[in-house]
Parts: sequence; C-alpha cells; structure tokens
Amino acid sequence: MSTAATHDAHHEEHAKGLLRWVFTTNHKDIGTLYLVFALTMFFVGGAMAMVIRAELFQPGLQFVDPQFFNSMTTMHALIMVFGAVMPAFVGLANWLIPMMIGAPDMALPRMNNWSFWILPFAALMLVGTLFMDGGAPAGGWTMYPPLVLQTGDAFPFLIFSVHLLGISSIMGAINIIVTIMNMRAPGMTMMKMPLFVWTWLITAYLLIAVMPVFAGAVTMLLTDRFFDTSFFNAAGGGDPVMFQHIFWFFGHPEVYIMILPAFGVISAIIPTFARKRLFGYSSMVYATASIAFLSFIVWAHHMFTVGLPLTGELFFMYATMLIAVPTGVKVFNWVSTMWKGSMTFETPMLFAIGFVMLFTIGGFSGLMMSITPIDFQYHDTYFIVAHFHYVLVSGSVFSIFAAVYYWLPKWTGNMYDEKLGKLHFWLSAIFVNVLFFPQHFLGLAGMPRRIPDYSTQFAGFNEISSLGGFAFGLTQLLFVYIVIKTVRGGSKATDQVWEGADGLEWTLPSPPPYHSFTTAPEVK
Amino acid sequence: MLESKAKRALTTVAGLALLGNAGGAAADYALNLRRGVTSISHEAYDLHMLILWICVAIGVVVFGAMFISIFSHRKSKGAQPAQFHESTTVEVIWTIVPFLILIGMAIPATKALVAMEDTSNSDLSIKVTGYQWKWGYEYLDSGVSFISSLATPKEQIFNEQDKGLNYLLEVDNPVVVPINKKVRLMITANDVIHAWWVPDLGMKKDAIPGFVNEMWFNIEKEGTYRGQCAELCGKDHGFMPIVVVAKNEADYQKWIADKKSEMGAASAGADREWAMAELMERGKKVYTSNCAACHQAGGAGIPGTFPALKGSAIATGPKDAHMKLVMHGKSGTAMAAFASQLNDIDLAAVITYERNAWGNDIGDLVQPSEIKAAR
Ligand SMILES: [Cu+2]
Repeated sequence: MSTAATHDAHHEEHAKGLLRWVFTTNHKDIGTLYLVFALTMFFVGGAMAMVIRAELFQPGLQFVDPQFFNSMTTMHALIMVFGAVMPAFVGLANWLIPMMIGAPDMALPRMNNWSFWILPFAALMLVGTLFMDGGAPAGGWTMYPPLVLQTGDAFPFLIFSVHLLGISSIMGAINIIVTIMNMRAPGMTMMKMPLFVWTWLITAYLLIAVMPVFAGAVTMLLTDRFFDTSFFNAAGGGDPVMFQHIFWFFGHPEVYIMILPAFGVISAIIPTFARKRLFGYSSMVYATASIAFLSFIVWAHHMFTVGLPLTGELFFMYATMLIAVPTGVKVFNWVSTMWKGSMTFETPMLFAIGFVMLFTIGGFSGLMMSITPIDFQYHDTYFIVAHFHYVLVSGSVFSIFAAVYYWLPKWTGNMYDEKLGKLHFWLSAIFVNVLFFPQHFLGLAGMPRRIPDYSTQFAGFNEISSLGGFAFGLTQLLFVYIVIKTVRGGSKATDQVWEGADGLEWTLPSPPPYHSFTTAPEVK
Repeated sequence: MLESKAKRALTTVAGLALLGNAGGAAADYALNLRRGVTSISHEAYDLHMLILWICVAIGVVVFGAMFISIFSHRKSKGAQPAQFHESTTVEVIWTIVPFLILIGMAIPATKALVAMEDTSNSDLSIKVTGYQWKWGYEYLDSGVSFISSLATPKEQIFNEQDKGLNYLLEVDNPVVVPINKKVRLMITANDVIHAWWVPDLGMKKDAIPGFVNEMWFNIEKEGTYRGQCAELCGKDHGFMPIVVVAKNEADYQKWIADKKSEMGAASAGADREWAMAELMERGKKVYTSNCAACHQAGGAGIPGTFPALKGSAIATGPKDAHMKLVMHGKSGTAMAAFASQLNDIDLAAVITYERNAWGNDIGDLVQPSEIKAAR
C-alpha cells in the first residue's frame, strides 16, 4: 500500500485557514463549500421572493416598478434553481457518495475543486447584472426570445454565467459517475448501492445529456443578438418556438435533476426511522430509471399553448400522464415502508413525511396539468406557480433540510437541537402551505403568473400568500441558527447516530476521518 | 407571557389583513375553476372536476394509509417492525391500477382536445395581434379594425385613487362578437410572444411573431368577459387586458356599422394640409395611448431601459430618420413598428408632437401625405 502511504503524507500538508478552502481537493471540504454556497444563494433568492410577495401583498404598485419586478421573478428562479437547489444536492453528493460506497474520496478531486470554484464567479456575474444599464434580466428564467433579446447590457453576462454554471454541473456529474463506477467497495454490486447513490448516478447522466443542449440554446440566443443570425427570429426565417422546444428538452430533465436526489434522501431516511427495510428496493431503482427516461419525451407539455399540431398534443399528453405510474410506485413504496414499522419522529423523519405528503400534492396538480385540454386553462397561471413550488420547496428543499438534519451529526460529531429542529419543521410545514396553497385558487380564478399587479378579485388570497411567504422566509433563519449551533458544539453523536440507520457511512466515526475509507470495507 | 405574545402576533396579522382590505380591494375568495360560457369551457371544467376528484380519492387512500401507519405503527406504542420488504404481487397491482386509471382519464381528455382544436366551419374570423402592450383586432369579414388598450387610470395603479370595479381588466375598445356563432381567432404578435386568454371562454393561445395560431369559441350568453395576456411580454405584461363583449346578432350588426363610420371619421382629412395646432392636439392623444408607457408622459423615458425623447438626437434631428424609426421600429428593442398600428394622420400627429413638445421646439411639422408617401 505504498501509494496510499504517500497519499496520506501528501494531505498532511494541506493549507490552513482560508487557503485550505481555496485549494482543497477533499470531498468533505468541497461538500461543505457547496452547501454553504447553496444556503447563501437560498437567502439571496429568498430575499427576491420577499420583494415579489411584498409587491403582491396588495393590488396596485407599491414598492417596485414592473420592469424590476420582472427582474426579481427572473433572478429568483435562476438563483434558486442553479444557485441553491442544484448545488445543495451536489454538496450532499460530495459528502455522502464516497462514504456510502466505501471510498476514500471522489475519483477526480482536482476537477471537484474546479467545478465548485466556478460557481461563485458565475453567481457573482449573475447577481452583478442587477447593477447594469437596463437592469437585470427580466424576460423570465426560461429566456424566451424575442423578449429576452430586449435585455439591456446584462444580456451577454446572463449567457456567460449560464455557460459557467453548465460547465460546473457537467464536471460535477462526470466526477460522480466516475466515482460510483470505479470506487465502490468490494462486494457492493450496483443493486446493493444505497438509493441516494442510485438516484445521483441517474441524475448525473441526465445532467451530462441536457446541459450541453441548454448551452447550445443560449449560444444561439447570443449569436441572434450580436452576430445577426436568425435562429429564433421569424423575420429572418427562424422560429421563436424552436427555442422553447430546445429549452424544455433541457428543462424537463432539469426538473428531475432537482428531484431524483431528493427521492434518494427520502428513501434513506424513512427506513431508518421506521426501523424497517425500504420496501421494494429494486422497483425504486427501476422507477427512477423510468422517470429519467420519460423526462426526455415529455418536454412539450410546457408549451401546450404554442399551437402544436393535434397529434403532438396527444403524444405529449399521454407521455406526461405516464410519469404518474413510476412516481406513484415511489410514493406507495415509501408508505409501505412506514407500514407496520416502529416509527419515531425526529426532525429528519418529520421533513421526510412532509416531503411525501406535499410532494404528492404537487404530483396531483402535475397530473391535472398533463391533461392538455384543461392545461389550456391552467397554463401560465398561479396554478402552475403553486405546482412547481410544491414540488421544489416542499419537495426538493424539504428533502435537503431532511438530509442536513439526518447527516449533520455524522458530519460534525454533534447532535443538533432536536426541539429547535422540530420547531423549524412545524413552522416551515405550516407556512409553506399558507404561502403556496392559496396560489392554486388564484390560478384557477384566472390570475396569470409573472404580473406585478392584479385585479382586486385576487386580493384576498394574495394577501394570505404574502403573509405565509414572509413567515416562511423568517423561519429559515432558524435553520441557519440550528446549523451553526450544531457545528460549534452540542451533545456528542455516536457513530451509529440513529438507532435504525443502515449503511457504510454509519460505520465511520462521527465526525468521519479526513479520507473517509482508507481501506475499503467489505460489503456482504 | 407566551400566550399574550401569541395573541399580540395574531392581532398584528389580523390588523395587517384588514389594512390590506382597506385599500378599496373587493377581494373575493373564489376557489375553483370558472365554468365559463362556451362549450369548450364547460368541457374543460367537467374534465377538471373529474381529474380533481380522482386525485382526491387517490389522496384519501394514500394519505389515509400513511396516517394510520403514523398513528398506530409507532415505537412509543410498542410497535415491533415487521420484516417484509417486497411483494411482487402488490407492486404489479399498484403499477397496473394507476395505468388503468390513466386510460380512464385519457379517453375523455382526447375527445375534448379533438373538439377544441377543430377550428373549421367558423362563422366569423378575427385576427388578433399582440403588441407590447396592447391588442390589435381586425375583423376579416367586415374590415373593422382597432387597437384595444388598458383603460384603468394611472392614478388607480399608483394608489392615488380608489380602485374601480374592473381594475386592470378594462379596455378602451372591447372586442364585440355575436352570441351563438363560432368565432375563429387568428392570433399572432408583432414584437414578442403574448398569449390571448379569457378564462370564461375556456382556452388560451400564444401570440407568436411570424406565426398565426388559431382558436375558436362559441359564446352562449350575452355579457362581458374579461381576461389578460398570459405570456410574459415585458414591462407592462400585467397591463394588457382583454375584454370580450358578446351581443345578440342585431346589436352586433349595429356595432359593426358604428365602428365602420367611426373608422371613416378617424381617417377623414388624410389628404389635406394640417396645421401645427391640430397636429399637436391629436399628437398628444396618440402619444399618451401609444408611447407614454415607455417614454413617459414628459418624454424623459426611463434611464437605461427606455430612451428619453426630450432633447434626443432622433426627435430633434432630421425628420426622415425620426419618421423611419417610428414607422418601422428598432429590432431587438421594445420599439415597435407603428406603421402597422396607426393611420397616416395619427403618425403625422405623433411625430410632430414629439418634435415640438417638452421644449424640443424644432418647429417643423409632418403632414399625413408625407407619411403616406413614406409607407
Ligand atoms: Cu402580452
């Protein structure tokens, strides 16, 4: 084991202080960087959401002008998707995948460092557009031409930051695939991998498949604006709808990129606190793969109103409805895992149960919108806003909270404050519903999305939604407090941490050593 | 102590809520999709209710099982974990049953969709054009055409006046259609993508520059139906409503006749020489309804977003360049080509106005005949 020895000697020299974080190639350090970055962006994007909800608190224009309002909705989405949710899952992958498969680190540590450090610069560039002539991008995160071409000086910076974010994601994905394929402990066959590893493996393939498509689409926007091409300009023989097809070919798998790892997290937590093995492990794997496959053939359900031919509408309606089958299998499996278990309800379990309930509600509204003839009514209203916030906030974000509470004692060696954790859950669960449930009603009553002002009939539910939004936003400060408190100290966690926990990461000490497994464990 | 704090918080919340209502807002708390007034909207509504109830039923079963489990299978009640972790039979069942339910949904959905997309055999065709930020309508059978824009006064939007009953859902020129006739819309746009949507008519369609989309409706009841642009289209996306007035055949014919004579009057005098004072007066009106949204009433624009006209190189420079810009727009910006939206007199008037208002005082004037020649 001479290579391992030199490797060990090498890492003892790692830089101290701030430079440790700049030069680190360690999966745990990089995981932490990703998570801290994601949390920061969660609050930046959250602040923008607060501006949106403040303006919508009452009818009339009170605080911001409509152009700035559009910038807020656009930037809120871009920051939450590319700055908060995706990096948070990559952070979890960095921390957990090596520990779950019995590896010392990620396979490509230097690339790991690089893929993280691109992010802050991309984010700074994106946020910096707020101070440019013409303001931040205001054409929606979907960047539909021709509107997006009316963006001011911010336009090339928007495109470039998207390119950087894409490069970072692709490098992260390559790293994850290589790690999972090559560094599993002896005996850990594919069908013995924890579901979090499985879901991330599939997610990583989705990323590699679609991020280049997205980069291509925005590059075509760039040349349309600056080099007189007409890809999306009808007057020059192009087609603005073509952009939407390309965008959503990326965009729909992107949605699953933000939810599949969440499925993996929930599939780890529920068995632990039910003290019972996950029900239907192999059907979970097949369901994840089916969802990933289907994600490539449903994109046009985001564009049912653009005037697709009837046969196209029918195909995309049927394909979209099919997603309900594997998604249903997952939910049924989670419920069956709880069934006849011996459950306790610590904070991670609470967030996991909250996830199953609220994600399922988001799934129901998703199923409703798959029906093309009624999607003509739901499309581009607050109904869809409610839908994707149910799956992204009470779905993805809740699963990230669940994961942090679940693995934080392992990462830090300290238990978090259970009372505060539960308080965080209950406040979040209540206010997320006060915030988003009324938006279903607003959409059904006819309120379009992305408007800074609305007719007075919508005043009541907007007011309730805004109050819920402010409360939900404030509640998240509690999360920061809990995490900082846990990092600094608290009662010591055991190696096992949770009575029912199962998996290689729980065989390591809490906190785990710098190189997770220096000798590979045997998996039976 | 804690209780009184909670009470105070509650009263604050309630107070805030009241404050919100005091702003003249007539909030109602509508919960469900509107049933609407067309065969399409009824079909959509019925489908919506069907799928909603199926979801509720599935939800009751799934959440019911989950809650039973949460309440009875807990460690604190001494529950011992069972050992089962798979069952091929059960898993096959809950793959197949949802699939069958989906087929049950797909059949009526397909029928409804086929009916909705059938725009053939219409009685009346109207071309709808989306502009930033107003709608243009052209009745293809009778030649009537007009622009329809927001009628809500700025004072209401900026909370200086109480908000009216149809706040943000009122226009200067509503679209009028006959009842019990199949009306076909041919929808397009001039600048960016918009979407034409009136909830009571049951459908929305995107208005896409360079392409023409079709949709149809057949309104059963006389009345006024209101909607909005549903696709983000820039700054005033929230301020381009749609109002459809459905009338009986006789009233509709009368409206067409009135509209025709109104159009004749508006373009009367296109051949004669106009004096500065007349052009300025008419120009101010045209400016207010077409240009002020971006360039602002005082011509100062919005720095960084919409250029100022007051003292600008174009408005104080050669007349030809100014006419060209207003008539043909500037691609890649929100500046539209107004040649297709305004008649010769209105164009002449508004350009004259821009060259002589706010201290620009160039002194020259543009005649309708010059616009006609430049088209
Ligand atoms: Cu519009």
